[in-house]
Amino acid sequence: MKKQFVFLLAIFMAYLNNAQNIEVCNTCPIHTLKTAIEKAKDFDTITVKKGTYKEHDIVINKPLTIIGENYPIIDGELKGEIITITSGNVTVDGLFIMNVGTSYTEDYAAIRVRKSKYFEIKNLVLEKLFFGIYIEKSNYGKIFHNKVIGDAVEEYNSGNGIQLWYSNHIEVEHNHVQNVRDGIYLEFADNCSIKNNVSTNNLRYGLHFMFSNDDIYQDNTFENNGAGVAVMFSKKIKMYNNIFRKNWGTASYGMLLKEINDAEIIGNVFNENTIGINIEGSNRIVYKNNDFENNGWAIKVRGACYTNTFTENNFLYNSFDIAYNSKVNDNVFDKNFWSNYTGYDLNKDGIGDVPYRPVKLFSYIVNRTPETIILLRSLFIDIIDFSEKVSPVFTPDNLLDNNPLTKRIIW
Amino acid sequence: MLKILKYSFYDLMRSRWSYVYLAFYLLLGTVLLFLNNDLSKAVITLMNVIIVLVPLIGTIFGVMYYYNSKEFTELLLAQPLKRSSIFLGQYLGVAISLSMSLILGLGIPFILYGLFKSSAIWDFSLLLITGAFLTFIFTALAFNIALSNENKIKGFGYAILLWLFLAIIYDGIFLMSLIMFEDYPLDKLSLVGTMLNPIDLSRTLILLKLDISALLGYTGAIFKKFFGTNFGLIISFIMLIIWVILPTLRIVKKSRKKDF
Repeated sequence: MKKQFVFLLAIFMAYLNNAQNIEVCNTCPIHTLKTAIEKAKDFDTITVKKGTYKEHDIVINKPLTIIGENYPIIDGELKGEIITITSGNVTVDGLFIMNVGTSYTEDYAAIRVRKSKYFEIKNLVLEKLFFGIYIEKSNYGKIFHNKVIGDAVEEYNSGNGIQLWYSNHIEVEHNHVQNVRDGIYLEFADNCSIKNNVSTNNLRYGLHFMFSNDDIYQDNTFENNGAGVAVMFSKKIKMYNNIFRKNWGTASYGMLLKEINDAEIIGNVFNENTIGINIEGSNRIVYKNNDFENNGWAIKVRGACYTNTFTENNFLYNSFDIAYNSKVNDNVFDKNFWSNYTGYDLNKDGIGDVPYRPVKLFSYIVNRTPETIILLRSLFIDIIDFSEKVSPVFTPDNLLDNNPLTKRIIW
Repeated sequence: MLKILKYSFYDLMRSRWSYVYLAFYLLLGTVLLFLNNDLSKAVITLMNVIIVLVPLIGTIFGVMYYYNSKEFTELLLAQPLKRSSIFLGQYLGVAISLSMSLILGLGIPFILYGLFKSSAIWDFSLLLITGAFLTFIFTALAFNIALSNENKIKGFGYAILLWLFLAIIYDGIFLMSLIMFEDYPLDKLSLVGTMLNPIDLSRTLILLKLDISALLGYTGAIFKKFFGTNFGLIISFIMLIIWVILPTLRIVKKSRKKDF
């Protein structure tokens, strides 16, 4: 027994010798992160004690684990980029990084990962930043539990919270991003998963996809952003159980879909957005079990949208349920609940006996001549809407929900 | 003038119609709150009702009161009284008693429901203020019509037509002209068009205060300025006041010259 213990201890010691622990603090022999990295060997652990470290352009070029104790402050003094990771297998944990330099020619980031694999960035707090976490041509990384708090005022001189560029298989979870330009931005990033993040008060989009395929985002909350979430030029994206709230402004929407194919939008809540979903050139998308509540427009279809299916959604108290700008309809609406439905259900099977027409004449008119919106809620408008409902002339006559539900769907 | 105002006011307070009007609003307010359970939603529904009904009742009541009390008016005219004070007194008596029915009728159920604890109080008070303005405007218009027409049937006809025009037909013409001129910038035209109709004006005024205003703002910079800031609110209020003053001035002018 004793022998075994000694043996184990020996192995443990050997291990420790092999993977050293380097301490950095203000009064230690090693008092900067840069020298610590210089002295460290591969797979060492660097522990940064509480304190303020005025450093920038820290390059982590070997597989290291950097752990901050009690959130040591790394102050970049607005001089440029703060941490750049160029090696694989790097873990950065528990630092407070602030004062990233602003530049109009280079995207300075609080922490940048370049051409790396298997990195982990977690428990960081980023403040006063230009770009927050910038992942560049790196794969299989994890970005967990970070807090990015920017102070962006104008779009042109601010950066994004978390940006993935040409990076695949990245997991972004439990992050909180606020007051930056785009909360989370993905460009050419495939097979990424974005879960349980909160993205609020951003200047432009809470989440922004560009040319990124096969990604999934779920259980995120997007609130009070300049324009909600934009998903553009991407394929096969799964959007589950997200909350889009209060993206309320003159040019805001909960979600903007542009050139999106084969996506799934399931179980999301759209609450108090000027436009719930703005759809343009998007095909074969499944909309199911979403709640659209108190939006200006629940769904605005701009054109070139084919074979989309809207089933079992709740449309509750929106000023306009659906806006359509053409007379051609190739999309299917079935078994939704519409709070504006006025039909009856004689056989009590929960399905209304009269089909529901989600496009009102007024929404058609507003699409044509936007200024007419000033007549919203006027008695005359109610009258023409009613007459259009009785005999549709202007709105697509096959655009109807043949099985409108009479009770709100609860799942 | 105050004496005549007081007399008209008490006369109306005793009349059955004031109570019916009051009871109607009481019922409406209670039922709405009972069904909605949400103050801010109820405010929107109420807006739809107020914008249509208040002008209608204001016009009909105004015309009716003028014709009914015509004999008494002639009796008063025989006394050494200023004509303007007689007619203004009557007008204010009708308008104030109608506004009071409105404010009490809607206010009581809302206060009982817990208005003072709710954030909807400002929206609600704006609603009542606009309602009162509409009453004053349309009663004044009704008095104008009645003063200009000796014939009762004709007077009623014009009054109803006026209401129909401002509540429905105007919006139709407005909409048509907006669509006809859609190639031109329409921001100013549509705002001016709204200002020229007190019903549209009150509707936009209430919408301004509700969340929906952002919806209206998306079309252009002028709309955004109008609906996004207090600018729109101030302009709308000024226009409403002008809408009260102009018909009232005409009552004074018309009554001075009228032959009885």
